[in-house]
Amino acid sequence: MLKLTVNGRSRTVDVEPDMPLLWVLRDELDLPGTKYGCGVSLCGACTVHVDGEPVRSCTLPVSAAVGKKIVTIEGLADKGLHRIQKAWIEHEVPQCGYCQTGMMMSAAALLAKHPQPTDADIDATMTNLCRCGTYARVRTAIHALAGNAAAPAAKKA
Amino acid sequence: MTIALSRRGFLKVSAALSGGLALEFSFPAASAVAAAGAAATEVNAWILIHPDDRVVIRIARSEMGQGSYTALAQLVAEELDCDWAKVSAEFASPNESVRRHRVWGSMSTGGSQGVRSSQDYVRRAGASAREMLVAAAAQRWKVPAAECAATRGIVTHGPTGRKLRYGEVAAAAAKLAPPTSVRLRDPADWKIAGRPLHRLDIPDKVRGKPVFAVDVSLPGMLHASIAQCPVFGGRVANLDAGAALAMRGVKKVVREEGFVAVVADNWWRANEALKRLKIEWDDAGNGRVDNATIATMLREGLGAAKLPQARSMGDVQAGLAAAAKVVEAEYESPYLNHATMEPMTCAAWLKPDGFLDVWTSTQNAESSLAVAAETAGLPLEKVEVHKMMLGGGFGRRGGPQDFVRQGVAIAKAMPGVPVKLMWSREEDMQHGFYRPASVVRMKAGLDADGSVTAMHTTIACPSILKVLMPNSLNREGIDFTAVRSFSDMPYAVANQQVDYAMRNGHVPVGFWRAPGQQNAYYRECFVDELATAAGKDPVAFRLAMLKDGDKNRGVLEAVAKAAGWGGALPAGVHRGVAVADGFGSYAAAVAEVSVSAAGEPRVHRIVLAIDSGYVVNPDTCRAQAESNVVFGLGSILYQEINVKDGRIVESNFHDFPLPRIAEMPKVETVLVPTGGFWGGHGEPAILPLTPAVCNAIFAATGKRIRSLPLKHHDLRAG
Repeated sequence: MLKLTVNGRSRTVDVEPDMPLLWVLRDELDLPGTKYGCGVSLCGACTVHVDGEPVRSCTLPVSAAVGKKIVTIEGLADKGLHRIQKAWIEHEVPQCGYCQTGMMMSAAALLAKHPQPTDADIDATMTNLCRCGTYARVRTAIHALAGNAAAPAAKKA
Repeated sequence: MTIALSRRGFLKVSAALSGGLALEFSFPAASAVAAAGAAATEVNAWILIHPDDRVVIRIARSEMGQGSYTALAQLVAEELDCDWAKVSAEFASPNESVRRHRVWGSMSTGGSQGVRSSQDYVRRAGASAREMLVAAAAQRWKVPAAECAATRGIVTHGPTGRKLRYGEVAAAAAKLAPPTSVRLRDPADWKIAGRPLHRLDIPDKVRGKPVFAVDVSLPGMLHASIAQCPVFGGRVANLDAGAALAMRGVKKVVREEGFVAVVADNWWRANEALKRLKIEWDDAGNGRVDNATIATMLREGLGAAKLPQARSMGDVQAGLAAAAKVVEAEYESPYLNHATMEPMTCAAWLKPDGFLDVWTSTQNAESSLAVAAETAGLPLEKVEVHKMMLGGGFGRRGGPQDFVRQGVAIAKAMPGVPVKLMWSREEDMQHGFYRPASVVRMKAGLDADGSVTAMHTTIACPSILKVLMPNSLNREGIDFTAVRSFSDMPYAVANQQVDYAMRNGHVPVGFWRAPGQQNAYYRECFVDELATAAGKDPVAFRLAMLKDGDKNRGVLEAVAKAAGWGGALPAGVHRGVAVADGFGSYAAAVAEVSVSAAGEPRVHRIVLAIDSGYVVNPDTCRAQAESNVVFGLGSILYQEINVKDGRIVESNFHDFPLPRIAEMPKVETVLVPTGGFWGGHGEPAILPLTPAVCNAIFAATGKRIRSLPLKHHDLRAG
């Protein structure tokens, strides 16, 4: 039995210690917001926060997350929507949306560390893959959240 | 999102805080009306109205990020004239579609057709419902309907100013006969359609709600991972599952002719056990096919005698013979994978009462239903396909339905137990229905003034339709997706001939975003070669060959203006241009590219002009243009699918990379709708993108890019 802290709740799981955290979240704890994309830390669809750091949960053995604070997209906001989720809606970022939960977790970690990231910061840290090609809007939304002057005005619907 | 489970019961997928699925069963429901909640009234098949005026619009087409879920709702709401803030959408049930004689029409979602091929009847559904609501209010007031009008969900009686909300008259309206004819609004008067409204599907997606097939969770559900014969067409010859069956959580190993699947209580356990299977495959004689044998097959096609002609105008041989100058070139492209971020997935549950429920991400739920019923040996009426949001489609999830066949076969082996099959990324990469590899030879004659007088094109390309839609081949056996952009080339060239050599290998081919798009690359790069040979500006050269009124001309002029064609550029940056039509629309692109001293290409800016006739949601149209740029960019820069020993070489994103945010160029999209027709937006922009970039590379380096991807070209100076 392993004890985990997920989204502020204590959870106990009976799994192999080498099971990647992703599959504990998805198939044991019924938290499907974190996605499988590649299984080898290439795409970032499985990004969660472990003690505040963005981690690719598809290759992190669950045993390595014991005793740490795990946050998934379902727990990103204390209640309602996180400001990143609001910005993602406002700037109409997602298309198919499959990679976007991981994308938002990466963006949340970036903004926590660099409240006003430069384009170079974004290029260096936002390495999540998106097959739909939402990158321009990801950048726009991050700049808007940072209050960067370069950010285009939000769309008026 | 509410999902009808079957005619007899309904499953509400609600996002509980746990993120899990809350299951609520209710029995029995007499009709689909109950699917939206007991209190809603189905005014017609497309529209449900709650007493509190909430409107639910049924959507027959799939949503894979392209936005038609919202655009179609906008069109219905426009004619219904309801309050958009109260509109939500849900997918129409494929099972109900069977029972109700396809009342929602086609569910196929491909070819950028979602809006353009159903706009007429969905708008009529909205207008018809509005008239019924007005008539019901008029009856209530005992006044002529002509004295009443509806706007924003309220019917008003003009002479007295009395008002009734849609929610108050919906039940009465549903009992009335629909009007025999309705008048649709002039798009110039649109209030809901034509505007960049927020997409209806995004809020659930940003919350991480379980909207995709991979997210389906059912009581007692098991998980499956699959290994298919690595050589296409092969089969399982021998299987030793002993070690796998002994592993924790493993419930069953399912062996079928072409695959083996492990069923376990957790997908990771199923996939780990899969790696422990000892499988001997029979490669069905295809184990020696590789890139070289495929290239030989295609090149033999180029030289074959008596090929069927996809276009014949004038006398091409005479035209070439009389030309002052003849230009000839061969171009080629590799196979490409769709690589949707959500791998192929199908959950299936063969219930004790003999009803089969299937949850899948499909571009054609009717095909899914047919394949599921056939595989299960059940009548269509005993099968439901729950349409989930697609984690990308791009053509992969329409025709083949291989994942549904497998998912149902596995469920059949586990009767009474829901099983969710999800492919690993490796399976997804190596068992695609790939964009065909092709080789094209083009030969054109120029007269003394540099005008094109003749063009002969020979295309050797596997046929997508031959396998997936054989009835769609034309009488001469020509696959229009293999010859497009040449068979319908808009340039005024008096003598044209297009020959098609269908050469099908064992590699499965399928509809990859804008099927046939490689032809636009070939044609528009070759036309650039002709412009150079003629010593003319690439934009002026094209315009001179496009008739007045041709919409290709309009977008070419619009893109040249928006991009500042001919104007100054930053040092080291070069431009390329291209134009092409397809999927009902016209698109032109200008690319701005630089090439470093080390030969590294960089795409800085893409300007696109698109004429789709009408624009239902300009923001999602722009998003699709951006999407096409990124999708095309990966195939331009580095993507390729190689074949060795009968199997696919690439296996994951390390050897089939996707562009990342750092590579994203600036995209500026100019929408120039000219009205009078309905064009698509999911695919057209990729058509001019690739040749515009390659033509810019030529401008930068003097090197013609006659094959892709660019990574195989030495772009260093000299």
